[in-house]
Amino acid sequence: MADNLIEFENISKIYKIGEIKIPALKNISLAIERGSHISLMGPSGSGKTTMLNLLGCLDTPTTGKYIMEGKEISSLGDDSLSEIRSRKIGFIFQSYNLIPHLTVIENIGLPLFYQGINEKSIAERASVMAEVVGLKDRVRHKPAELSGGQQQRVAIARALINNPAFILADEPTGNLDTKTGREIMELLNKLNEEGTTLFVITHDSKVADYGDIVIRILDGQIVE
Amino acid sequence: MRFNILHIIRIFRAGWKNIYLHKLRSLLTMLGIVFGVASVIAMLAIGEGASFEAREKIKELGSNNIIVRAVKPPPAPGTEQQTTFLAAYGINPLDLRRIKSIPSVEQIVPTWEDKRDVWYLDKSTSARLVGTYPGYPGVMNLIVVKGRFFNQVDYEMIKPYAVLGSSIKNKLFPLEEPIGKTIRIGLNYFTVIGVVSERAIVSGTGFEAEDINFDVYMPLTTQRIYYGEYTSGERRGGRMSIDRSWVKYHRLIIKVAETEQIITTAAITEDILRANHKQQDYEILVPLQLLKQAEHTKKIFNIVLGAIAAISLVVGGIGIMNIMLATVTERTREIGIRRALGAKRKDIISQFLIEAVILSSIGGFIGVLLGMAIPNIVTKFASMITIITYWSILVSFGISVAIGITFGIYPARKAAYLDPIEALRYE
Repeated sequence: MADNLIEFENISKIYKIGEIKIPALKNISLAIERGSHISLMGPSGSGKTTMLNLLGCLDTPTTGKYIMEGKEISSLGDDSLSEIRSRKIGFIFQSYNLIPHLTVIENIGLPLFYQGINEKSIAERASVMAEVVGLKDRVRHKPAELSGGQQQRVAIARALINNPAFILADEPTGNLDTKTGREIMELLNKLNEEGTTLFVITHDSKVADYGDIVIRILDGQIVE
Repeated sequence: MRFNILHIIRIFRAGWKNIYLHKLRSLLTMLGIVFGVASVIAMLAIGEGASFEAREKIKELGSNNIIVRAVKPPPAPGTEQQTTFLAAYGINPLDLRRIKSIPSVEQIVPTWEDKRDVWYLDKSTSARLVGTYPGYPGVMNLIVVKGRFFNQVDYEMIKPYAVLGSSIKNKLFPLEEPIGKTIRIGLNYFTVIGVVSERAIVSGTGFEAEDINFDVYMPLTTQRIYYGEYTSGERRGGRMSIDRSWVKYHRLIIKVAETEQIITTAAITEDILRANHKQQDYEILVPLQLLKQAEHTKKIFNIVLGAIAAISLVVGGIGIMNIMLATVTERTREIGIRRALGAKRKDIISQFLIEAVILSSIGGFIGVLLGMAIPNIVTKFASMITIITYWSILVSFGISVAIGITFGIYPARKAAYLDPIEALRYE
């Protein structure tokens, strides 16, 4: 078997709203190698968000197996999933999702806080990450004092700080203008070239084109 | 390792930051706890002060004593029309002898009292003349600070000696040495041979307050020779009628040998007096019983106080819960972000719980300060004794922390069990 970071085996997700069952994902199987750059495309309602939630260990599949680094994690409890999110996954959101009352450096260091690392080394590692994304002189600012592109850079730094196995980016350029969006994608691309596995969920084909592999999803099924 | 002290300190610091961020809101939230704690401490201090006063007064009467007091019976109908009314009542030497024969009685001291003006040169003051036995200071725990009390010889020899209460001494001899000086009471002259120590004036204890600092003591024999058995009387109403009383003894102070015998001795005394008196012209005080009553009253007072305090603290706690619930809703998205970044449910619980505890304990702390200030103000302006007990501070502060935990747990759990996906989408 190749060095697969993630394997989905016949994964289905069915949401129940009252008596009505809504299938969001139908029998999805895929394998992702370490270091790859995958773009996940599809129109709204196609099951993209469900894919993101499952990949990001925010939700568990109804049936099927989710194997990460050779271990099945589809039936783990809340605490173990939190632990995986804390150590293996970096999240980047469309709306940045920074905590408004924390400074840039505190936002970047937040994932390490939940690993029980002491404040001094959190601050050290966070300022290194701030330098990586080019925000060295903004570390004492609050998110509201930054531009959209700068906020997304903070989010990228935050996603990288725990040395995750992969980064999940949900429409990372959705709230940005074309130029800034391109800068962000180039930054992500550079990180991928340095070895970070990257998952980008988008409906923008320009963004999807950065990926090595483009997975298209429609009505809960992989079409391509 | 995850939940070591440092980590908790970090969560505390983060919680404090959040509270500091919303200063006004946090302050308003705390107010309930502040006033709850302050009122508990202040009310307990005032209650403790009042019961301390009661206990002191009772101790002053002597916890091994039984006191029989002459009480003027209500006048029979019709007699009130007379211009001069002589009331004969009270305890007599026969009562004294009968009570003295009770085996458990160790000592018995009678007194005869009258209000008179006391003069020294051109200075005068009104005083309570007390004719008694030489054993009086012993049974009443009086301390002679100057000179001496009259003794058995003085008593037998009917010496014209007087011992002054501290206020009398201060009024008549503010700068002079009183021992050996001659004072005048009515038309008679007495030599001052001693001064007794000052006693705190105690009030609000449920029975008549007597300022014994205005007493002048003399041998009962001397007093009988000079003043007889009729009190000087007091003017009554506008008709210039004079009320005089004919009383053998105003008080009997009965000292009982053993504390356990007090109740039975009091009962026997009561029986003796009832059998020999046609009217209810006496009253029996048992300081020990009063002490027990005072303790009982204090217990009830504490229960009532506890209930009020509990209600006010619960109200304060509900205030905290209210704000914490609002905070959880307001920070739903933050909770989602934190969960996505790896926060476990217990991390979220401890974050919100610690915030609630910080709020309630700061409130408790301010409440303690306020609660310690209020009794001082009361003492200053209402001249009441207040006693702040350390346990009331500890207990009320402890309760305020407990309130924070109790009323913080629901909002914290609510936060922790939010679906992270929903929370992230929350606008």
